[in-house]
Amino acid sequence: MPSRDTGRIILGLVVFLALVSFPIWYTASQGRSGERPELVYPEDETRCVESAAYMKSWHMDLLNEWRDTVVREGERTYVSDLGHCDFDMSLQNTCMKCHLNKDTFCDRCHNYVGVEPKCWECHVEPGGASHGQG
Amino acid sequence: MDKGRRDFLKISGTSLLGLGLGGTAAATGLHRAEPDPDAGPRWAMVVDTRKCREKHGCTACIDACHEIHNVPDIPDENHEIKWIWKEDYPNAFPTQVHAHTEESVFEQSVLVMCNHCERPPCVRVCPTQATFKGDDGIVVMDMHRCIGCRYCVAACPYGSRSFNWRDPRPYIDDVNGDYPTRTKGVVEKCNFCKELLAKGKLPACVEACAAAGNEGVLMFGDLNDPDSVVSEALRTANTIRRKPALGTAPHIFYIV
Repeated sequence: MPSRDTGRIILGLVVFLALVSFPIWYTASQGRSGERPELVYPEDETRCVESAAYMKSWHMDLLNEWRDTVVREGERTYVSDLGHCDFDMSLQNTCMKCHLNKDTFCDRCHNYVGVEPKCWECHVEPGGASHGQG
Repeated sequence: MDKGRRDFLKISGTSLLGLGLGGTAAATGLHRAEPDPDAGPRWAMVVDTRKCREKHGCTACIDACHEIHNVPDIPDENHEIKWIWKEDYPNAFPTQVHAHTEESVFEQSVLVMCNHCERPPCVRVCPTQATFKGDDGIVVMDMHRCIGCRYCVAACPYGSRSFNWRDPRPYIDDVNGDYPTRTKGVVEKCNFCKELLAKGKLPACVEACAAAGNEGVLMFGDLNDPDSVVSEALRTANTIRRKPALGTAPHIFYIV
């Protein structure tokens, strides 16, 4: 025997679900559901330190490992698993010598997923440092 | 336990003898260190202040250091950042100066920086091990770990450490893209150009000093290499260190 509040409860649930799923259906209605950030890759270099798939998933761990190895252990040369080259473990002097534009590479993805790495408070991006917030 | 007078005297005598022997050993324990080529490098610097003071007003070393390390030039002296600078002799060597010290020595400014101490107080007090001493004797900072507590600033007896009270970037005229800047809230100091040593180069101050036409003013090298320029300088000239009574054992030596 449905109570006299059944209609109101169902209406409430519908409104609730609509609000909760707002980001999903709003994005879909704008035709942007499959949108990915478009990155600008280096023109003259096709080989990264490790494979693209590895870098996509683990670059932050790699950078942390480089940081500790260089600063704490004084070891500066990275031997790639790909075996194509040895690298100076340096964000500024290795990564950013190929990825010359932080805005169109680092930032596009980081903004998309909503992360704010602290690297650039000290490390200098190509083309000079942007001034911090003071 | 019942101890008689005889036992008491026996124990006292033995203890005194032990103390005496220990004291003698300690008193003769100071010996001249010899280079140990098997021990790996132990970097040190010798500053010949006699030659440095002849070039009164020269700041080649300071300029070079601050330029390559992105050291900001902040006009407010409460906020200033220094890696290497000139200090009046009586302030640099307060325990090795007196009212009758030779005039040219007393009135000179001497070049000072982090002493890369053998027993660095800054390392002992750092709660995060952001400051640590490497195997090569260089006292370095891991800026990623510095929490800005400034214990090291208080502990360093040489004033070698500066704290970033504000964002340093607006005060750096020409940022060197090969080296990071620092951020608000961390401490910094001279790193003996560890990044250049790794490439087999000399520290920037030493290079700049020589490039400015000064020979033998700043000498840098490995104390464990008997043929290094610092070993040679320490063998042939009398040198002093800053505030020796503190027992920090600095590795910047001065010929005065």
